[in-house]
Amino acid sequence: MEELDVEPAITNIPAASDGKHLGFAWGPGDILAYETLYMAPGMCAKGSGCSFIHEVRKDEDIYSPILRKLFNESHHIFVGLQTIREDLPSKNKKTQFVSISKNYRSVIRACMEELQQVAASVLVLQVSILLAIELIWNLCEVLFIDAAPAGPLLLHLLDWVRLHKGDVDEKAREVLQSESPAEHHDYWDVVVSYVLQGRFEEARQMLVKQATLQPAARNMYKLMDTLLSKMPFYNPGGTQTLTEFDVKWRHWHEEVDRCLQDNSFASNQHLEIICKILVGDEDTLLEHKELLSTWYHFLVTRLLFCHPTVKPTELHYYAQSCMTMFLDLRSVPEPLDSILLAAFEFDIHQVIKDCSIALNNWWFVAHLTDLLDHCKLLQSHNLHFGSNLREFLLLEYASGLFTHHSLWQLAVDYFDNCPEFGHVYLELQIERVPLDTERKALKVLRICEQRQMSEQVRSICKIMAMRALRNNRLGSALSWSIRAKDAAFATLISERFLQDYCARGTFSDLDLIDNLGPAMLLSDRLTFLVKYREFHKLYEENRFSEAAKLLLSLITAKIAPRSFWMTLLTDALPLLEQKEVSHSAHCALHCGFGHDLCFSGRVQLGEAELKDNSGTK
Amino acid sequence: MESVNAKYVSQKISKTRWRPVSHSSLQQPDIFATGSWDNEDNKISFWSIGNHGSSGMDEGFEGDPQLLCEHKHDGDVLDLQFLDQDRIVTTSSTGAVTIFRHHQNSQTISVSQRWPRVHRYPCDNAPCTGVVCSSPEIVTVGEDGKIIVFRADQEGVIRVIENADSSTIHAVTYLRTTEILTCILYLDDVLLPLHCVDRHPNQQHIVATGGQDGMLCVWDVRQGSTPFSLMEAHSAEMWEVHFHPTNPDHLFTCSEDGSLLHWETSTHSDMPSFLQGGRNNSMISRSAMAPAGGNQSLISTWLSGDSSKGRLETTHMLPSQTLSVNSLDVLGQCLVCGTDGEAIFVNRQVPV
Repeated sequence: MEELDVEPAITNIPAASDGKHLGFAWGPGDILAYETLYMAPGMCAKGSGCSFIHEVRKDEDIYSPILRKLFNESHHIFVGLQTIREDLPSKNKKTQFVSISKNYRSVIRACMEELQQVAASVLVLQVSILLAIELIWNLCEVLFIDAAPAGPLLLHLLDWVRLHKGDVDEKAREVLQSESPAEHHDYWDVVVSYVLQGRFEEARQMLVKQATLQPAARNMYKLMDTLLSKMPFYNPGGTQTLTEFDVKWRHWHEEVDRCLQDNSFASNQHLEIICKILVGDEDTLLEHKELLSTWYHFLVTRLLFCHPTVKPTELHYYAQSCMTMFLDLRSVPEPLDSILLAAFEFDIHQVIKDCSIALNNWWFVAHLTDLLDHCKLLQSHNLHFGSNLREFLLLEYASGLFTHHSLWQLAVDYFDNCPEFGHVYLELQIERVPLDTERKALKVLRICEQRQMSEQVRSICKIMAMRALRNNRLGSALSWSIRAKDAAFATLISERFLQDYCARGTFSDLDLIDNLGPAMLLSDRLTFLVKYREFHKLYEENRFSEAAKLLLSLITAKIAPRSFWMTLLTDALPLLEQKEVSHSAHCALHCGFGHDLCFSGRVQLGEAELKDNSGTK
Repeated sequence: MESVNAKYVSQKISKTRWRPVSHSSLQQPDIFATGSWDNEDNKISFWSIGNHGSSGMDEGFEGDPQLLCEHKHDGDVLDLQFLDQDRIVTTSSTGAVTIFRHHQNSQTISVSQRWPRVHRYPCDNAPCTGVVCSSPEIVTVGEDGKIIVFRADQEGVIRVIENADSSTIHAVTYLRTTEILTCILYLDDVLLPLHCVDRHPNQQHIVATGGQDGMLCVWDVRQGSTPFSLMEAHSAEMWEVHFHPTNPDHLFTCSEDGSLLHWETSTHSDMPSFLQGGRNNSMISRSAMAPAGGNQSLISTWLSGDSSKGRLETTHMLPSQTLSVNSLDVLGQCLVCGTDGEAIFVNRQVPV
């Protein structure tokens, strides 16, 4: 396969003047460029440096508000497509695929119409790109997805051409609305255009108007009318076989030829031209390049009048010759032309490749390739780095989406449907989504949790917990670490709570601590915090024996941090004065303290007090 | 569903609200407001569905919502409420609270009043997560755990309740005219934040909440700390729950999992639920009725609702799975909702 040599596009950066050297850094979808201090030898500093950093984006489309609808709607269709069941019979699947393809195209058309309504000059380019995209997609639908055989193939191609040549109807409207349509200067253009597109009904209706104006030539018009009405069109739903149709058509063709040889239309130049077109005379067709306006219109028209039973495999031969005949030898074929030619040659990979180069956004190739892959039309064309073509394109597209501040959510579904690398890509990208509010963090968390991305869950929760901690929202921080099941962080926060208590003498955030339930078992320190708080509650409610028991268990369980032992001791003292505290608890408290405390001065004092109390008892 | 159509609007919708219609007229609502989030430039917009005197419409679907006007909004729109016919209050992720006025004649929007940075941390802004208003009083709550009370026509803040909670307060609603209920977390087996709350329009002790696990809980506020009934509603966070304002046997919930559910509770007997039971008929008066001792109060079917007993019907209101449905509002027969897929759905023939 030959490499297409494309000149890289040059983008001027405003500050890059005076030969200053630019530094740059790659981003996920863009480049940051900045001025450096480097000066080439022999140059002197000119003027002050530019202190800006420039962001150079390749893909402007995702920032266009109208095109955003394209991305959202097509995402919806994409997700629906992935859920089509594999076990359906292929005929049903084909109808579904065709209808999905039509959905995609209608979305493109809707965007195009909206862009046209806005009518800003900068959007003209976007409109023409969308037009081209839809043209290519439609052709791919006809040739690859619908895969019509000889017979219906031509009919579909006719539809395709008619859809993309809208100016005929406009002109016709203009002509018909004029006072005397048959004398309008565009009248014959309209008639010929109708004939070129195989729209004989309309052509006949137009001709009637001319016929009424020229009663003398009535017979000629009648003959033409007969010829037009008798042209056979293949009926796919009918009982006629292709061979039968071919015979009928040849018969008709001979009749038209006879009329030509008979000079039946010699006196009317226009009717003569139409007759020549009907017989498929190439020179006459080429004389009407302006009306045809494109080589593929020429191709379809030529097929209509020379070879209506064309087989799909024969298309490329005709396409190549038509293109050569139609275009000037000197003109360089545009990208669109070579893409269409590749389509006629049924070279799907070439179509995709050329489209990827020509368009600056992966949207089109990603979705089209995905659809073709579902139709099982892409051979497993393995690229160097292991994933297949469909996945590669989807990954590229989705990565581009992820750089957008809002459309990143769509990208998640695309990554989900890339079996090999999607998960990894998602893991790398999702951590970069900025988390401004809790609600956004919750959404991102939900995405990670649904895909068992536990690392990312932890990381996000830790970010939110740190932020809460920084703002002194201890309760919030604690709930984040519980969600992440992050024991280490929960320990850290519990320590903060306890420090707070030591500093202020009361607890903050009681409602959270009181209601943790089984979540308190996440970390030892947290359990201690909850139990300690419970102890305080019991004490306040004057339930001293229970409080003592609890305190005892806290001490013996050894989950209290060392720094807290003093506090526990101090808490124990008033208990010892309470009469309700049972004797055994008393003793146990003594023993507990005796064993575990190290002997500092204050501790000795405490012990002395204890001895004192027990003495009085 | 034929009568539901998606309109793609190029912005992720965080809140949608119908403009209130006057109770005297039987008109269906025709204008709704939306707020966007997660955009570089967020907006609030007013839309019309052209429903004036619409009794003769067939199928209920006549064209998309039309954009009337829009205005830039600083930060994500985290909550939005109509203050009256012309004004809306919005709360922002920058911690600001703003009142916008919609000038119907010129179809423009102007900022009527603004309180920037009312919710904040010492060194940072705190997103303001919920607002409820009963004109002219406005109450907001935020991630900083504060509850702030304003008046629509006064510059400053009337009252701040600091440290109302150590965690983020997600939602708030009026319980009575002088009481508000804020929504943080509850305990069933696991600690779970609640995201949304709505009060029953007639029986003000009944409150429905939705939380992080997608469970719908109905509580009796008089009876404390465990919910009366728990129903598994969604597979992901429930973002909004609404009782239908005039027909409270119907409840609507929407969720992160992309579905919007319509809950309909039915009673066994033919009598409508509000006529059953005791003589205290609290349907008309707006103040909460405390049942006199021993008198059988109205037992709302919500409090005894149990999905397994088949007295509760649930229907999906959206045609197919979408991205998260962030917000919904229902008034009369019209339902509007907004999604993260940047689409608005309007259903004009909600069966209530």
